Amino acid sequence: MIEILKKAWRILCKPSVHYSLGFLTVGGFVAGIIFWGGFNTALEATNTEKFCISCHEMRDNVYQELKTTIHFTNRSGVRATCPDCHVPHKWTNKIARKMQASKEVWGKIFGTINTREKFEAHRRELAEHEWARLKANDSLECRNCHNFNYMDFTRQSPRAARAHSTALASGEKTCIDCHKGIAHHLPDMKGVKGF
Amino acid sequence: MKTSKKSFAKITALLMLTGTAFIAVGAVAEKTIRGDHFATLRHAPLNTEPTPPPLTNEKEHHGSLARNYPAQAPIIPHQAHKYQINRKVNQCLSCHDRSRVHESKAPMIAISHYLTRNNHFLAQVSPRRYFCTQCHVSQESSTPLVKNTFVDVDKLVEASANKKQH
Repeated sequence: MIEILKKAWRILCKPSVHYSLGFLTVGGFVAGIIFWGGFNTALEATNTEKFCISCHEMRDNVYQELKTTIHFTNRSGVRATCPDCHVPHKWTNKIARKMQASKEVWGKIFGTINTREKFEAHRRELAEHEWARLKANDSLECRNCHNFNYMDFTRQSPRAARAHSTALASGEKTCIDCHKGIAHHLPDMKGVKGF
Repeated sequence: MKTSKKSFAKITALLMLTGTAFIAVGAVAEKTIRGDHFATLRHAPLNTEPTPPPLTNEKEHHGSLARNYPAQAPIIPHQAHKYQINRKVNQCLSCHDRSRVHESKAPMIAISHYLTRNNHFLAQVSPRRYFCTQCHVSQESSTPLVKNTFVDVDKLVEASANKKQH
């Protein structure tokens, strides 16, 4: 047994002694495609609404709330899914967010929000994480679809046009500062600025 | 053979009779739905479910809308159906509260909303006034279901003054 392990170790240390350079190059190339492709496919599989609502925590709470909003159903049928708003689209940022999400796996395993009561108790904390994230990246996930440069103030309601042409235009405020709770119910907002 | 044929005819006749009786009872029952003779806004018998009229959008209006009588709760001149008003949050107050109006430029809720029913002032909106949409409503551009004969009190005063002059 030890002999076999030693032999394997020798091959791993100096593969070019045992295998041809061509084999190693082509083999490495193919393995690279398989691993990289597999990694990205798995990553994309976790980046779908179907995956998100495969857990009852998401399906029974936030997904039900989303269903009643304009981001789920509307006259033209264009809709946003969970990752459209909650996962950055750029690859590096996406990976960073996915690493953060390991905390969510922890929460799933230990049942941090596995009942309605526990979820309601954590709602403010969870909401604050998302507000902080969107505030920090200047509401990037909103702006992936809602481009300020192409907003027609004349087609907006008077109130919307006033707010968008002043505070938003000057960069003093970002989308999430005013548009909290557009896709999910708000938590107790005591002490939140602007409420 | 003959008797069996006869009895078969008898049974068929009986079945037909009971069938018509059932249909007749059904027709009578359909005609006499209790309360059908009252005029309602349903415009359909109580035992049928009419297709509801299409939804309309709430109107967006520049500035405030005039009140029809002094005690009328002001009408909401903008869309408001998406605002969450519950135990946790009141999104109307995020613009119309005293602490928010300087920034939102929205009209402040009247001071009467800070009074208890014993006329004691509170620091915050009185719970009895918390649910805005119990009194304040947005407008939709739909045709009225019933004719409205409301006359503004100013018009009545004017009419009676004119009468006295003549």
